[in-house]
Amino acid sequence: MKEQKIAVQIDDLTVAYNYKPVLWDIDLAIPEGVLMAIVGPNGAGKSTLIKSILDIIKPIAGSTQIYGKPYKKQRSLVAYVPQKGSVDWDFPTTALDVVMMGTYGSLGWIKRPGQKQKKAALEALEKVGMLSFKSRQISQLSGGQQQRIFLARALVQNASIYFMDEPFQGVDATTEKAIINILKELRKAGKTVIVVHHDLQTVPEYFDWVTFLNVKKIATGPVKDIFNDDNLTKTYGINYKVSVQQ
Amino acid sequence: MSNAQIEIQLIASLVAIACAIPGTFLVLRKMALITDAISHSILPGIVIGFFITHDLSSPLLIILAAASGVITVVLVEFIQKTGLVKEDTAIGLVFPALFSIGIILIAQNANDVHLDVDAVLLGELAFAPFDRLLIGGTDVGPKSLWIIGTILLITLGLLFAFFKELKVSTFDAGLASALGLSPVVMHYGLMTVSSITTVGAFDAVGAILVIALMIAPAATAYLLTNDLKKMLLLSVIFGVSSAIIGYWVAHALDTSISGSMTTVLGLVFLFVYLFAPSKGLFSVLYRQKQQRIEVSLLTFLLHLGNHQEEEERHVKHLNEHINWQKVQSKSVLNLALKNNMITINNDIVSLTKKGKNFTTEAIDYIVTNKNSEIENMKDRFFLFRG
Repeated sequence: MKEQKIAVQIDDLTVAYNYKPVLWDIDLAIPEGVLMAIVGPNGAGKSTLIKSILDIIKPIAGSTQIYGKPYKKQRSLVAYVPQKGSVDWDFPTTALDVVMMGTYGSLGWIKRPGQKQKKAALEALEKVGMLSFKSRQISQLSGGQQQRIFLARALVQNASIYFMDEPFQGVDATTEKAIINILKELRKAGKTVIVVHHDLQTVPEYFDWVTFLNVKKIATGPVKDIFNDDNLTKTYGINYKVSVQQ
Repeated sequence: MSNAQIEIQLIASLVAIACAIPGTFLVLRKMALITDAISHSILPGIVIGFFITHDLSSPLLIILAAASGVITVVLVEFIQKTGLVKEDTAIGLVFPALFSIGIILIAQNANDVHLDVDAVLLGELAFAPFDRLLIGGTDVGPKSLWIIGTILLITLGLLFAFFKELKVSTFDAGLASALGLSPVVMHYGLMTVSSITTVGAFDAVGAILVIALMIAPAATAYLLTNDLKKMLLLSVIFGVSSAIIGYWVAHALDTSISGSMTTVLGLVFLFVYLFAPSKGLFSVLYRQKQQRIEVSLLTFLLHLGNHQEEEERHVKHLNEHINWQKVQSKSVLNLALKNNMITINNDIVSLTKKGKNFTTEAIDYIVTNKNSEIENMKDRFFLFRG
């Protein structure tokens, strides 16, 4: 077996809100090219983990690295899809404009987006099947459509690693299928995709890698090896029985 | 118009523009209340600056006042971060404290100098033309025109340079941070600009009424557009026109200029709030009424589809059967007739083929939320617009 490159490396990460740890001494190495689910109960620190990797939250101890370097030096390699509920969808802007925001990182400070950025945004909208909604005000979109817009905004960043915070929350079945297909395509193209996920039933079907998290890291590895009742029970604290298709 | 009148209107317009720009972002960030706090808590900055310079329009005043504005924001966030109180409580704790420090300073030390609370809080636009800026003995115009003009130029420059950063950090601070476009810098930048604008405008309209010029035009514009650039432009237009109309109202009624400007701002907001095309009150009420009729229409069509017997389909029995008021029955029948969904023969209502198809499709759409054929009905039926 050839040595796999590590896309994301987390060492001794502890994050606290008001001195109460929400993540406790996390060590995690995410190999390049996996489609990984982060699962765990509410308040397990799943979103916090992503936010600390992306330098949005400052940890009180430990470090995170993207391909061996701090995030600040590797921003262009990373795309982020926050939780849909974290923004105000009544904001006066259009679907296309939101997708264009994905290009702001590569533009840097002050420079304005131009034709090139617009073209990239339109292509990303097409990929998620939202091209015909490009001029629609974002509050006029359904929950699933808003999630697709967020996905398009990440795609336009053309990154190597994608972090997604609950991309399936509040979307209909069609959108969920469409999103997972795009994520699988990304993996096929050699990208690393990390998803905060809630629906345990779909983990074996959608993902090939999984991390169990509940303030501490419970387990991480290939779904076929570690997605079992034992780890689920350790993570969720109750006696878990799911039929895992292997 | 006399020179003084033109100058007053010019100053008022520049103040309105300088306020509308940061105001738009404050409204979108749901931070309208913080302007209220800033407008009060710049007082100690102004007072201390005045003690040092003995000049109400000295640049030092502006710097110190802006600093106390930013200190307000920092204190509010510090208290909020303890997790013990919510943001509104934190604001309510901070600004009265700073404001009262200013009041005490004035009461203790300013009895012999020209600085009173009224001058700071209310301003007096009518006096603005009398305080001239002299450069080498030459009169180059009112001082406050130069002050607010400079602040406006800086604000415009910052807006053009950082429009994209302001937009993304306002809409999605998490993404802005991940992209390396520090939302913290944008936040404090906006707060600093708001503080500077507030203190720059207090000479003209007073520190309190500046809140109206920041919030009302932006809130009005928000009801009319779905485009940030247009919202900024509309805020500016509403601000300037209210300021000028307010001036002439004050002129006609011989009353406070800043008072009538604020009244005009309020009236303009009220008008737009009532009559805005899609977000206005009347438009919303109309839409809700139409939706109600459309739901009734669907219920009615379903009823027709389920009943073949004639007595169930008699016009007069509709009221009793589906338990509707006469007016409602009539508007529902009219809507159905207009769309060729029913025919009425001797007061007996029958479903047409179109009506039948519509019923199945509509129910399908409501259940599954996906039916491309219904898309073209969105223009005619509010029900399907989501």
